[in-house]
Amino acid sequence: MALYSEKVMDHFRNPRNVGVIEDADGVGEVGNAKCGDIMKMYLKIDDDVITDVKFETFGCGSAIASSSMATELIKGKPVSEARQLTNQAVVEALDGLPAHKLHCSVLAQEAIEAALTDYEQKKEKS
Amino acid sequence: MIYADNAATTKMSEGAIATMVSTINETYGNPSSLYEFGQKAKEVLENAREVVAAQIGAEPREILFTSGGSEADNQAILSAAKLGEKDGKKHIISTAFEHHAVLHTLEKLKKEGFEITLLDVHENGIVLPEEVDAAIREDTCLVTIMYANNEIGTIQPIKEIGAVCRRKKVLFHTDAVQAIGHVKIDVNEQNIDMLSASAHKFHGPKGVGFLYAKKGIRLSNLIEGGAQERGKRAGTENVPGIAATATALQEVVADIDKNREHLVPIRDKIIAGLKEIPHSALNGDAERRLPSNINFCFEGIEGESLLLLLDDKGIAASSGSACTSGSLDPSHVLLAIGRVHDVAHGSLRLSLGEDVTDEDADYIIKSVKEVVEYLRGFSPVWRNLVAGKIPFIL
Ligand SMILES: Cc1ncc(COP(=O)(O)O)c(C=O)c1O
Repeated sequence: MALYSEKVMDHFRNPRNVGVIEDADGVGEVGNAKCGDIMKMYLKIDDDVITDVKFETFGCGSAIASSSMATELIKGKPVSEARQLTNQAVVEALDGLPAHKLHCSVLAQEAIEAALTDYEQKKEKS
Repeated sequence: MIYADNAATTKMSEGAIATMVSTINETYGNPSSLYEFGQKAKEVLENAREVVAAQIGAEPREILFTSGGSEADNQAILSAAKLGEKDGKKHIISTAFEHHAVLHTLEKLKKEGFEITLLDVHENGIVLPEEVDAAIREDTCLVTIMYANNEIGTIQPIKEIGAVCRRKKVLFHTDAVQAIGHVKIDVNEQNIDMLSASAHKFHGPKGVGFLYAKKGIRLSNLIEGGAQERGKRAGTENVPGIAATATALQEVVADIDKNREHLVPIRDKIIAGLKEIPHSALNGDAERRLPSNINFCFEGIEGESLLLLLDDKGIAASSGSACTSGSLDPSHVLLAIGRVHDVAHGSLRLSLGEDVTDEDADYIIKSVKEVVEYLRGFSPVWRNLVAGKIPFIL
């Protein structure tokens, strides 16, 4: 019996959208090193549509896979739709996570939310 | 495939398997039965006891077979506690980095009114005999300190600690689950009153272990029932498992020197190789450690992803990260030697098998370097460290 689903292992081994966007329109970071998980999301947004997204993650296999899957789920989507992303959707797209790893999907959802909030705050200021 | 998790469990030796199979086939009687079938099994059992006892300088009657290391730890500690309680002594000394089989038993006793002192294991993972001495009180009934740590492999000054306990007339138990078969043990010469061992850590079967208890120490039962094991552990004996345990132990003890000579240079080569990784650190004393044990922390990465990627490269290892321990905290052993959470999550334990080769060492070093570099490549923590936004710890 494998620890993770094929999907999780695929996203862990070949994470999509890894990296940094230097001139990102929104950046969100959640978690802390003390707990062993940190996720950072970078968004490029044009006309309220997410045109590019990148992530960096310090964490376990499911944290990396959850970040990767979450970026795929929001890439090319309008901001309003990305706001609706739930951790459940991330879990389902990954064909499930072990119960004690569900918090990784929550973290991914929160990282995106934080990046979107950052984008909206920046937009208000300008 | 390189199996480098021998501290978790080992492969059974061919000799142990052969003994187990022949015992299952030929000696299936119940040792408590009086007819020939039973008496043959009894003979196998008592022969195994003699062999096991001889490997640690004990007498056969001082060996009690159990279901493993955990049971032996539980029985040793609970027995000493009961003896202490009778004399109004309810203080026990141990260390912060014991196996949970010891720590959880001590926690249980704490709820029953015992006072527990957990000694510091210092940055190098070694207990000081003089600190044991200083911690012993009038009401101390037991000192229990592991022989070698299961995560960082550090070997304790057992003989010296035992001498302190003898002088102060306090019972001394050691969990030798990780040490036996790697280090020469003589219970009399090393002043040990009680000792726990587990067969699956020395190429014997899982689910078998033993407790050595010096003659005259009254053990309490964990399991009540029949009169097996001098009445101290009920239940029909696992004769095939016990016979295989004796074979495995005899083999490893005979090879201690040979294995050490083979393993130490390979261990030290891997340690030197991994030290080349920037911002990494060896956990535990570099010399006073098991010949098979390597334990590192790598800053800026998390242990579980490290293990999964090493698994993809055909290397089986373990980590003390929270994600692999199934709790929110990283390994209590790494915290006990002063590693902070941030770096304790990025730990790697390699516990080598005796068949490891020099080429394996090269492959391990190369693979770990690659994986650490890869994971750091998209770690936000590493980015912040490199950018100087947070200070390096290692
Ligand atoms: C130091 C130590 N003590 C006790 C045990 C428990 O042994 P067993 O698995 O035989 O119960 C282990 C095994 O993980 C160990 O490493």
